[in-house]
Amino acid sequence: MSDRAFLSLENLTLSYGSSIAVDKFNLDIRKGELVAFLGPSGCGKTTTMRSIAGLLTPTSGRITLDGTDITRVSANKRNVGLVFQSYALFPHLTVLENVAFGLRLKRMPAADIEARVTAGLKSVGLSAFSGRKPAELSGGQQQRVALARSMVMEPKVLLLDEPLSNLDARLRVEMRAELQRVQKETGVTMIFVTHDQAEALSLADRIVVMREGLIEQIGTPEEIYNNPVSSFVADFVGFENVFALKEGKLATPAGAVALHETLPRNAAGFAWRPAGVALDTGPFKGRVKSVSFTGNLREYLLDTPLGPITAEVSAALPVHELGTELSFDLPLKAAAPLQRFA
Amino acid sequence: MNRTLSFSILTALIVFLIGPFLIIVAASLSAGDTLAFPPQGLSLRWIVKVFTVESFRDSFIMSMILAVGGTFVALLLGVPAAYALSRYKLPFGEAVSTVVTLPIIVPGIIVGLALLRYLVVPFSFSIGVALFLAHTALVLPYTVRVVSSSFNNLRSDMEEAAVLLGATRLGAFFMVVLPNIRAGILAAFILGFVTSFNQVPVSLFLSGPGVRTLPIDMLSYMETTYDPSVAALSALLALMSIGIVFLAERFLGFSRYV
Repeated sequence: MSDRAFLSLENLTLSYGSSIAVDKFNLDIRKGELVAFLGPSGCGKTTTMRSIAGLLTPTSGRITLDGTDITRVSANKRNVGLVFQSYALFPHLTVLENVAFGLRLKRMPAADIEARVTAGLKSVGLSAFSGRKPAELSGGQQQRVALARSMVMEPKVLLLDEPLSNLDARLRVEMRAELQRVQKETGVTMIFVTHDQAEALSLADRIVVMREGLIEQIGTPEEIYNNPVSSFVADFVGFENVFALKEGKLATPAGAVALHETLPRNAAGFAWRPAGVALDTGPFKGRVKSVSFTGNLREYLLDTPLGPITAEVSAALPVHELGTELSFDLPLKAAAPLQRFA
Repeated sequence: MNRTLSFSILTALIVFLIGPFLIIVAASLSAGDTLAFPPQGLSLRWIVKVFTVESFRDSFIMSMILAVGGTFVALLLGVPAAYALSRYKLPFGEAVSTVVTLPIIVPGIIVGLALLRYLVVPFSFSIGVALFLAHTALVLPYTVRVVSSSFNNLRSDMEEAAVLLGATRLGAFFMVVLPNIRAGILAAFILGFVTSFNQVPVSLFLSGPGVRTLPIDMLSYMETTYDPSVAALSALLALMSIGIVFLAERFLGFSRYV
């Protein structure tokens, strides 16, 4: 049972006129899994999420939830929860009435509603705020009301639209912990949409990287972070130095450049994180164009014949002034081989 | 220097705006027999007389029916129209918006004449019904405009949230949308009521036996009788309008919607 897909999207396609927002999307999600849809705006992640919720009707393809085809089931009968980026609380209702809204529509006995709402508000730490209106709450509190409002419905899937992006740094950490706790306690299947790689890496069990309506890569945070399959994913997860490979050499503005190590020919390209670039050693030369201090590390942007190179070294090392010529190397052991370029 | 200038302009403006009203109020309190300013002596007899003139009573009721009923029907048409215009990208949305606002742009005289010439005369349409239609059409632009701005200020994801919690689209509209645009609807109602109640040019053409709005009745009363009772009635009506707008501002923040 646990191996079988709980939510499965088969060849899901959504198009608006001639433009295709999501193109033959295939994904199986296990029960209790926490999945992130990651990508820049316009990549189709929100469209996919909204079609799971039933707010958009797919042009073609199939959505199956818990063994039932829900492709044509209307949004109010799917039992899929959605925490909106704007929270979408009902401003004329109190916190308690907001959380009770769905249960009242179900015509559940008043005592059961009260028990569930009380438990729901308690679990997000807002019992003391039940009589307040949404406008009297902070953004973080509003989001927790929205979370409670969805969770008291005991949804089969909980969708979250950019759950951390409206919060400041401290609240982000809190909300991340909150979501992980809710997920652990209830075992609900969660999908969240984000454009922030750090958010996806820190929260998800599995990440689906999307680009222009297509899935670019699916993997665990470790896989995505360490082994990006394409230059797009590499760029998205912080590989600042990305090169295509042509006949065993790196394609650069200065033409094909060979490394002193032999590059495997089966890769389409190679990518290095700033920390993977070795400074003050190696065959290449570059001039310091900018320096920025980031705490433990110092980041150099170098102007080189290979194009701009970003390198990161310990901030404890002596600082190189602007305009200084430095030697550097791109060691193969720090490189991520890419299966696809562009 | 600059201060003095702006102060004088402001004073002139206030005198110009409020002056006529004060003159009317003063004239209505006159003890004399003709409409005059300054008033000759003080008395409340003309104010009392307003309530005894039978035609005023009938035309007041007619005006009330038109203002309340016409605005109500305009809201029944205007709220769904405003909703559709602000929520959906309609194929002829722009055109519909323009057509809906036409009654404000087209002079009332023309609307009245057209209704009389092409609706009442050829089809022996009842004048009362034509008058009701005219007032409804006249108020419709205001309801659509005011309610549209309420819809535009209301995020659509609230309705989606209600649907995902089990509500139907229609249910979401009544449970989530309507309660949050109540103030806008009331503002539209007041604006429509005042517009309809004070309307002259359209009603001028659509008057007949037993069908006459209060402003038209006042005009014809003045043609035969030049006593201060018209001033007294004007003052009472102005006070009514001021009262309504004051209450609306006090409880709803009316000025946000107009």
